[in-house]
Amino acid sequence: MSITATKLVPFDEALSRYQPVMGLEIHVELNTATKMFCGCPTEFGAEPNTQVCPVCLGLPGALPVVNAKAVESAIRMGLALNCQIAPWCRFARKNYFYPDMPKNFQTSQYDEPIAFDGFIDVDVDGETYRIDIERAHMEEDTGKSLHVGGSTGRIHGAEHSLLDYNRAGIPLIEIVTRTIEVPGDKAPAVARAFVNQIRDLMVALGVSDARMDQGSMRADVNLSLKPLGSDQLGTRTETKNVNSFRSVERAVRYEIGRHAAILDGGGSILQETRHFHESDGTTSAGRPKSDADDYRYFPEPDLAPVAPDPAWVEELRGTLPEPPAERRKRLQSEWGFSDLDMRDTVGAGALDLVVETIAAGAAPQAAKKWWLGELARTANEQGKDLPALPITPTQVAQIQGLIDAKRINDKLARQVFEGVLAGEGEPEEVVASRGLEVVSDDGALGDAVDRAIANDPDAAQKIRDGKQAAAGALIGFVMKEMRGQADAGRVRELILEKLS
Amino acid sequence: MSSPEISRDDVAHLASLARIDLSESELDRLGAELPAILDYVQVVQQAAGDDVPAMSHPVPVTNVFRPDEVTPSLTPEAALAGAPASEEQRFLVPKILGEE
Repeated sequence: MSITATKLVPFDEALSRYQPVMGLEIHVELNTATKMFCGCPTEFGAEPNTQVCPVCLGLPGALPVVNAKAVESAIRMGLALNCQIAPWCRFARKNYFYPDMPKNFQTSQYDEPIAFDGFIDVDVDGETYRIDIERAHMEEDTGKSLHVGGSTGRIHGAEHSLLDYNRAGIPLIEIVTRTIEVPGDKAPAVARAFVNQIRDLMVALGVSDARMDQGSMRADVNLSLKPLGSDQLGTRTETKNVNSFRSVERAVRYEIGRHAAILDGGGSILQETRHFHESDGTTSAGRPKSDADDYRYFPEPDLAPVAPDPAWVEELRGTLPEPPAERRKRLQSEWGFSDLDMRDTVGAGALDLVVETIAAGAAPQAAKKWWLGELARTANEQGKDLPALPITPTQVAQIQGLIDAKRINDKLARQVFEGVLAGEGEPEEVVASRGLEVVSDDGALGDAVDRAIANDPDAAQKIRDGKQAAAGALIGFVMKEMRGQADAGRVRELILEKLS
Repeated sequence: MSSPEISRDDVAHLASLARIDLSESELDRLGAELPAILDYVQVVQQAAGDDVPAMSHPVPVTNVFRPDEVTPSLTPEAALAGAPASEEQRFLVPKILGEE
């Protein structure tokens, strides 16, 4: 392996010669109470190997049985993705040797996915792009490995590995797109918008927490380049486990630049998996595609085929949430947002957060202002997506409530946000512990107003002469004296009263 | 009826996928035996016409589901009892090679 820095062609330059072709695979962990094929619980964060049984440990003689709720969720997801639902399909064994599955195979679906041939439309910068869905199939999650020895906790240099199978067998749905070819400069944003919209859809369906930061939704990004005007698809790389919406965008961008540099130099792209690094937005070589990828799929003999009754499928269709495009249109008119307001909100991945903040009592513009301003800045600084910030829509609405009640002002609100994000407690607690409440007590304000008048007799005289605009200087003095915690409106009233 | 094509290389490939260490003489023997076994399968294929769908399960049932209700798991002690080695309540496996 070379240790020289990877050469990249600048994004715009790469697009002057190549058309990117993407494919996205998204794994969604379902929020069922039990695993896919056994009754073990699925709770996150349990002590290791406390949620395992003979079925998910693959012990001899164990008989898996399909979780009805998982099939129902899979069908609802398929319908929401505008897919056909297979009238009859089977599970298959994907055979491989890796200790994350104790059975030596993963139960998945191969050539008979439960849902296929769908699409969703995503909006980027006012344009709508249709993303075709090839399939959505049912499978199970793998266990978690802990690599011991070596310096970095990675496999390289590890002495041995420790396995926790609590996650092994948790229901997963894998959504696979067809190849996505959009104008190159839009490709990274379209990929991000797609993943974002899948998340919103999963949350709306109520089938998954879809938290990328917690691993309940994971994206793999396939990318290849072809020379502009050519029909010849290039060799693709598969960047694994890209764990935020922002990273999806960055991974696409990075791989475009990297592929272009290799192709420009007359080299060829190695078909391999790549690892994405959140820290610097680069990818590094993983595993080359090899014989080991011959998984010898065959139908799972221990599970009966799934043949959803068409009446059941139609019944489930009736439970689908409002389609995303219609929902956005309805919300925009309810909120009185401009097209640009709406585009910004959706683009920031803040739609559901704004919905919840409004439901918790905030006005639409206020909800948007905080999520797209203060909070978006913080998320960006921390390299996180908005939903991953340690603040809830309810807390945002509470902070806005404090402002509406004139107990704090916008400036103090920023400090309340900072406190809540730093884990200092609920907004009320932060206000109390940091002493952030606005002073509207006439006694304290009156004293400060008197000092302001004494400090600036000229301004005071102007106000006496009817020039109310001069009050600004006195208000500024009071605010400074009271370290920003004065109720500016009340201060103004007091000044005008005293100088009338 | 012609024997299905299966070469000595195919046998070696399958053996490596299945992590079965076959000697040269075993490869020679199996390379000859496997086509004969596949011949028998072909007989069955001839018996079934296009109108007979491939069977996937010995019992003709579909939709065998279980409700999404938690049932007791094993204790970690019981789960790990059969493991050759364990540490920190986890299964200990040897160094994993050939993977990032």
